[in-house]
Amino acid sequence: MSGKSISEKNAPPVEVHDLTVSYNNKPVLWDIDFELPKSQLIAVVGPNGAGKSTLIKAIMGLIDPVSGHSLIYGKPLEQMRKKIAYVPQRETVDWNFPVSVFDVVLMGRYAHLRLFQRPTATDKKLATEALEKVGMADFANRQISQLSGGQQQRVFLARALAQDADIYFMDEPFAGVDASPEDHILQLLRELRSEGRTVVVVHHDLQTVSGYFDWVMLLNLRLVAFGPMETTFTKENLQKAYGGRLNILSQVIELSRKEAFIRESGHE
Amino acid sequence: MSELFTDFFLLQDPNVRWVLAGTILLGLSAGALGCFAVLRERALVGDAVAHAVLPGVCLAFIITGDKDPFMLLIGSVVFGWISLIVMDYIVRNSKISSDTSIGMVLSVFFGLGVVMLTYIQSSGNVNQSGLDAFLFGNAASMLPEDVMLFGFVSLMVLVVIILMFKELKLVSFDPAYAKVIGYPLKRMEFLIATLLVVTITAGLQAVGVVLMASMLIIPAAAARYWTDSLRVMLVVAAIVGGVSAISGSFASYAAPSMPTGPLMVVSAAFLFTLSFFFAPARGETRKWLKRRGQKEKVKRENILKTLYNLEESDGNETKVRTLQEILKRRRMVKKMLKSGLASLDKTGLVEHFTGRPDGYVLTDAGRNEAKRIVRLHRLWELYLTEKLEIAGDHVHDDAESMEHVITPEIEAELLRILKNPEADPHDKKIPKHTINGNR
Repeated sequence: MSGKSISEKNAPPVEVHDLTVSYNNKPVLWDIDFELPKSQLIAVVGPNGAGKSTLIKAIMGLIDPVSGHSLIYGKPLEQMRKKIAYVPQRETVDWNFPVSVFDVVLMGRYAHLRLFQRPTATDKKLATEALEKVGMADFANRQISQLSGGQQQRVFLARALAQDADIYFMDEPFAGVDASPEDHILQLLRELRSEGRTVVVVHHDLQTVSGYFDWVMLLNLRLVAFGPMETTFTKENLQKAYGGRLNILSQVIELSRKEAFIRESGHE
Repeated sequence: MSELFTDFFLLQDPNVRWVLAGTILLGLSAGALGCFAVLRERALVGDAVAHAVLPGVCLAFIITGDKDPFMLLIGSVVFGWISLIVMDYIVRNSKISSDTSIGMVLSVFFGLGVVMLTYIQSSGNVNQSGLDAFLFGNAASMLPEDVMLFGFVSLMVLVVIILMFKELKLVSFDPAYAKVIGYPLKRMEFLIATLLVVTITAGLQAVGVVLMASMLIIPAAAARYWTDSLRVMLVVAAIVGGVSAISGSFASYAAPSMPTGPLMVVSAAFLFTLSFFFAPARGETRKWLKRRGQKEKVKRENILKTLYNLEESDGNETKVRTLQEILKRRRMVKKMLKSGLASLDKTGLVEHFTGRPDGYVLTDAGRNEAKRIVRLHRLWELYLTEKLEIAGDHVHDDAESMEHVITPEIEAELLRILKNPEADPHDKKIPKHTINGNR
């Protein structure tokens, strides 16, 4: 992958301010604030329904927050789109769609192509390299419906690699992947980190969190804890994130879920 | 009829030339655009929009008192858009599901259109004759200026699809990803919806509002059977649309009272049926042949295995086995056994001895093949009992089916895991792999 300059001044890759998101007037993320460190592997963990996927979707602009905003290298998202790559959960697309594995990976290059512009030879080369990296080069011409779940996951990863971005958001990239490809994927994530890229991974397996990642974000509607693995991935914090929702905040949130949730925004 | 046929296809009548050019363009663009509607699972939305443009057309006529194609186009596009907005609004702001909302919009708008059409017809305006062609289409009644406008519109749709193929592909396959990398998703969706409305409008006169959606849906559905490539799918769908348009127009020319739309749809449906049954790789016939081939293979392998079992029990490799002996060992329909043996004889796996007794013997090649199947059967039984701890009396049926599908790679893996075993759970010997046979 081309080694272009990643850090723009000293702004953090992602800043999130006062982010609150709700679905149908029910809050799913509550007042989230954080700055991501540069060139780290960051895990986002929390129980089901904690808002992990929602958080990364809101940062990428796929969901409109009720309030708050996020910045990418200190700039509004719209100016920085190309710097962000997304590895969605594989259930989000129709795998019977008539495209080949190579077609899908090549879509990663579309970020750099203008309207009407066809992919160039360089784009195709980068797509091939990305496929090689995830060990799927032999599958380039296969129709995507012929892949196993783990292979589909790796195709999405290759697409993001082909995009050559600075920040990677991955929604459970290890889901449905066997042990040996899992090691392989981890290797790729570390490679991305060593190239100075920032990788944010929604992760569900608590067993592997501390072995795989540098930083961890514990989420459960609110930001429970965020920091380097050693100091943050503690029994106490896990208890807070996964334990019963018995504190006052969760009670209030429960109440507001029953009532209509209204939040005033736009006042400084 | 044949005279009509030559008249039509020699294109001597300028009117025929116009109509044909217009409908072919329509068929091509509707077919190609329909692929995106079908792949994005918006086929029904297309149907609702097609019905919903009728009041727009009628309103344009009531206001202008004339059938000016440009005004009709405007009325149609405006109402197509209104219907899309209403469907979206209902789903967004209520608990009504999207199919209910589509159904409501389709019928309410269409009902309104029919009311307006009836009003126009009773108003005594002389210009209104032929307005009812908008229901089922009448290609022959199209005037050159209609064809020019609607043909141009279709051509524009085609040009946009070709130019924006890459963008349309990504947005249809994975809209979230498209948005993340900075595609203006809202504008793209607006564009696709506009293309849909415009294409439906272009089909007003030739196909009619009632069946226009079929010209979007059926060619795409047919094309999917022929290919796994979106590009090829678009081309095939366009061709299916074009061919349907030609046959519909011809029928309309041959019998001017006959509505064009239904005939186009019938032709498209015919092409769909052909695709459904006969498309290579994905068609039903191919699937059926494949299933039958597999069944034949299983039958032949079972016969080989039975002959081997007979040899195993008396240790005699040269003894001729009669049909009765084989049937005693393995129950099957006699006719099936005979045809299976004939096929094995032809491929040199068994030898047929006609004499007394009349029967069959495994050839060396046949014996090797039989050993392979028996080996897979017994390896699988052993694997199930040893590794998955399934009781020995429960594994036979499973092995009966697995022996026919295990690949050489899996066989090698089984041998490795089980450490080249000698015997199966029932203490039967597992035949070894023999290279080059034992000649």
